[in-house]
Amino acid sequence: MTNNNYDAIIIGGGHNGLVAAAYLARAGKKVVVLERRHMVGGATITEEIIPGFKFTEFSYVVSLLRPEIIRDLKLPQHGLKILPLPSTFTPMDNGDYIAGWDDHDTTRREIYRHSPKDAEAYDEYGRRMARLAKAIKPILGMLPPDPTSLSPKDLMGLLKLGQFASTLTEKELYGLSKIMTQSAADMLEEWFETDALLGTKSASGIIGTFLGPRSPSTAYVLLHHYMGEIDGAFRAWGFAKGGTGGIAESIASSARAFGAEIRLNATVKQVIVKGGRAVGVALENGDEIYAKAVLSSADPFVTFLKLVDQKYLPDDLTHSIKKFRTRGSSGKVNIALSELPKFTALPDSNVLHRGAVSISPSIDYIERAYDDAKYGRFAKEPYVDMIFPSMIDPDMAPPGKHVMSCFVQYAPYDIEGGWDDTKREAFGEAVISTIERYAPNIRRAIIGKQVLTPLDIESISGITGGNIFHGELLLHQLFFMRPATKWSGFRTPIKGYYLAGSGAHPGGGIMGSPGKFAAELALKDGI
Amino acid sequence: MEKLRYTPFHERTSALCQPQNWRRWAGYFVVGSYELTIDREYWAIRNAAALIDVTPLMKYMIKGKDAANLLHRVTTRDIHKMSVGQVYYTGWCDDEGKLIDDGTVARMDETTFRLTAAEPNIRWLMMNAVGLDVEISEVSDSVASLSLQGPNSRVVLNRVCESDLDGLKYFRLIKNKLGGVEVTISRTGYTGDLGYEIWMDAKDAIKVWDVLMEAGQDYGITPVGILALDMARVEAGLFMLDVDYTSSGHAWIESQKSSPFELGLDWTVALDKPGYFVGRKALEKEKHEGSAWKMVGIEIDWVGMEQLYAEVGLPPQIPGTAIRASMPILVGNVQVGYASTASWSPLLKKYIALAHLQKPYYELGTDVRMEITVEHQRKHAPAKVVKLPFYEPEWKKK
Repeated sequence: MTNNNYDAIIIGGGHNGLVAAAYLARAGKKVVVLERRHMVGGATITEEIIPGFKFTEFSYVVSLLRPEIIRDLKLPQHGLKILPLPSTFTPMDNGDYIAGWDDHDTTRREIYRHSPKDAEAYDEYGRRMARLAKAIKPILGMLPPDPTSLSPKDLMGLLKLGQFASTLTEKELYGLSKIMTQSAADMLEEWFETDALLGTKSASGIIGTFLGPRSPSTAYVLLHHYMGEIDGAFRAWGFAKGGTGGIAESIASSARAFGAEIRLNATVKQVIVKGGRAVGVALENGDEIYAKAVLSSADPFVTFLKLVDQKYLPDDLTHSIKKFRTRGSSGKVNIALSELPKFTALPDSNVLHRGAVSISPSIDYIERAYDDAKYGRFAKEPYVDMIFPSMIDPDMAPPGKHVMSCFVQYAPYDIEGGWDDTKREAFGEAVISTIERYAPNIRRAIIGKQVLTPLDIESISGITGGNIFHGELLLHQLFFMRPATKWSGFRTPIKGYYLAGSGAHPGGGIMGSPGKFAAELALKDGI
Repeated sequence: MEKLRYTPFHERTSALCQPQNWRRWAGYFVVGSYELTIDREYWAIRNAAALIDVTPLMKYMIKGKDAANLLHRVTTRDIHKMSVGQVYYTGWCDDEGKLIDDGTVARMDETTFRLTAAEPNIRWLMMNAVGLDVEISEVSDSVASLSLQGPNSRVVLNRVCESDLDGLKYFRLIKNKLGGVEVTISRTGYTGDLGYEIWMDAKDAIKVWDVLMEAGQDYGITPVGILALDMARVEAGLFMLDVDYTSSGHAWIESQKSSPFELGLDWTVALDKPGYFVGRKALEKEKHEGSAWKMVGIEIDWVGMEQLYAEVGLPPQIPGTAIRASMPILVGNVQVGYASTASWSPLLKKYIALAHLQKPYYELGTDVRMEITVEHQRKHAPAKVVKLPFYEPEWKKK
């Protein structure tokens, strides 16, 4: 007989929920994580969909996982290893390619082949972005101050932000103001002239958004993704041993070691509110579990509109959450391979397969892909970001065989006529034939595949709209506006009820910060 | 797939490089040292003729009606005063008067210049060339270069050149034929000794190498790697980008940047030249107000250092190569600067360093102390600010 009284209940066993649980357990609290599925991880999972082949199903790379979380939760002792992704390779339509390697000289030479000016601009651009990212990155590590508030805490926070910005030169401050409003395309075209370089760089500006590289405000998204790169060799884009599921497993193991309990196949139906305070949850199986605090790592839509009765919430909040942009725009195609795809641009080398391969020959190519999505169709020629997990971690596939992870944009959640099996199949086919243009042997190498539309992502992971970031990383949905103005501080209008997922500041990506912040706040509130 | 490059001399240099001591230089492999110890290589620079592969230098050809105007605008020198066949050493700055890079400008003819640089600069040049009638092309890979340095370098070249070099003055350049191959030869180098740099089409590289090695056989010609060169350049008081200063384009923070004045390049900043040049305003201001820092030479007092080692029962332990590390420099117990490269000078029998000191400690004769590590303990060896270069033989400019 389980005792159903806890200090804290965590709804959702994704990486943020697990981080929150681990921090609370570490502080000596009695914690239970309630996970709807048979496994932990949420959108951070690895599954053996085809026997012997491990698919890193949704999220597939990591760069922002906060180092203090890795240290505090002793994740390396629980199996976390983040392996390098040393290159980005973009095949071009003329049969050539452009690549960025993990070495400055070879990257310079490579870009130089296409444009000597771009080779130099690449260095300068990298430094500029890194300096800007460095100036604003501390924001990720602090609670977002509200600029309209006159409370000392918010004013101090704003002052701190001002100090970060003061490390920038006048030129850089102008640059920063531009980045806050520009499109990724406009910003990048100020620096570069090579189409495939522009295309590949611009892709960072649209990932996880329902925007094209020519949409204003995508320059900021690009900078946001840059923050994972600024610590140089210490932290960069990487692939976790065992896939992203390996990250979730290590956090779960750490949480358990601190004493947290994790219940699988435990779907929460509703948060129980008594006297304006969250006191527990009711499960779909009828069980009730009680606690001093409830932390929801589900997305804002689920957290505010599904799990609690709206009578407890102010109208403006429910209105904002209804309008929160969380439409999924990307799909995933995971493939088991009998052999590696051979890229015609570099047929004799397997070196490029250790890094990312990007189908992004130009900004226009991606913008056209967006055009399809804008009007309710999946992109016939999509942007694809591929990695070969088995080339980085040999345990991901049987010896001699491989797995391939393809992140595909665009695939709109609200596709014309709705998603069905035929459309899913056609979407998968569009991805395969796009890759086939650059690697003709791909089709015969396929042993099996898994095609995931935003609808599938929603139904498997439970994220509304299938948006892997729990809401697009747009400027008007970040900082003190994430997920809604006045409610960016993890607390909710219901006492003891906290938002602890990627829909909270500082946002999505395998970062762990929302879970950590929410846990710390709950502790501060004296649960 | 792009890889690090071999220079056009690789076939020869790789066969001679005994310790397989390769270094990276601007995307190329170059020899660190050819022999198991570098003493002979160092002494070849100072006593005979050292043959050094310096191909990785960045090289740009700047041609056109406005070529001189562009360089006049970008660099701190008065390019309009330059005659054909002359070579200038120069730095170039950003708008704030902070150094981006340094190198040489050679006037090949009225409207053609060759610029050498440590790092890529084509974007900077092109940004400054807007509206000018000038064509900029990079020839870093297509032009190979060898440096022949040392007191015997002239006699070796005279044996194989069509026209002799007796009349070629310091920092001048001539077109010549070497073993039948068309080359340009400039009386320049990075050693502070008599020396020449030979510029040739990359396809002629091996031929020129072979001709020189044969001609120099009786004159002590020795292939020399960049480790020995590093010692010689410290003796000559010559600094190096990314070692002794940071390009303003690379600096993370303001304090990492340096002005030409701070690096002792006052003589290259032609504030009296007509018209605008990049950084002029800031440089004028700094000239007027004085520099906060200066790069100077310091000489570590051997006797004082010997005592620090003697306290633990050791003779002084100095590495046989130049040390590229930041070593704090103090006056009293206050840090007033740092040394960026230190080296034992086998010729002077002195331990010397290039140091960056705050005002007013950079004045000649100032007594300072440099941090050294004696048997894992931090100690401070007495040192003195001295005039640069540390070593300048009378034949350098003769």
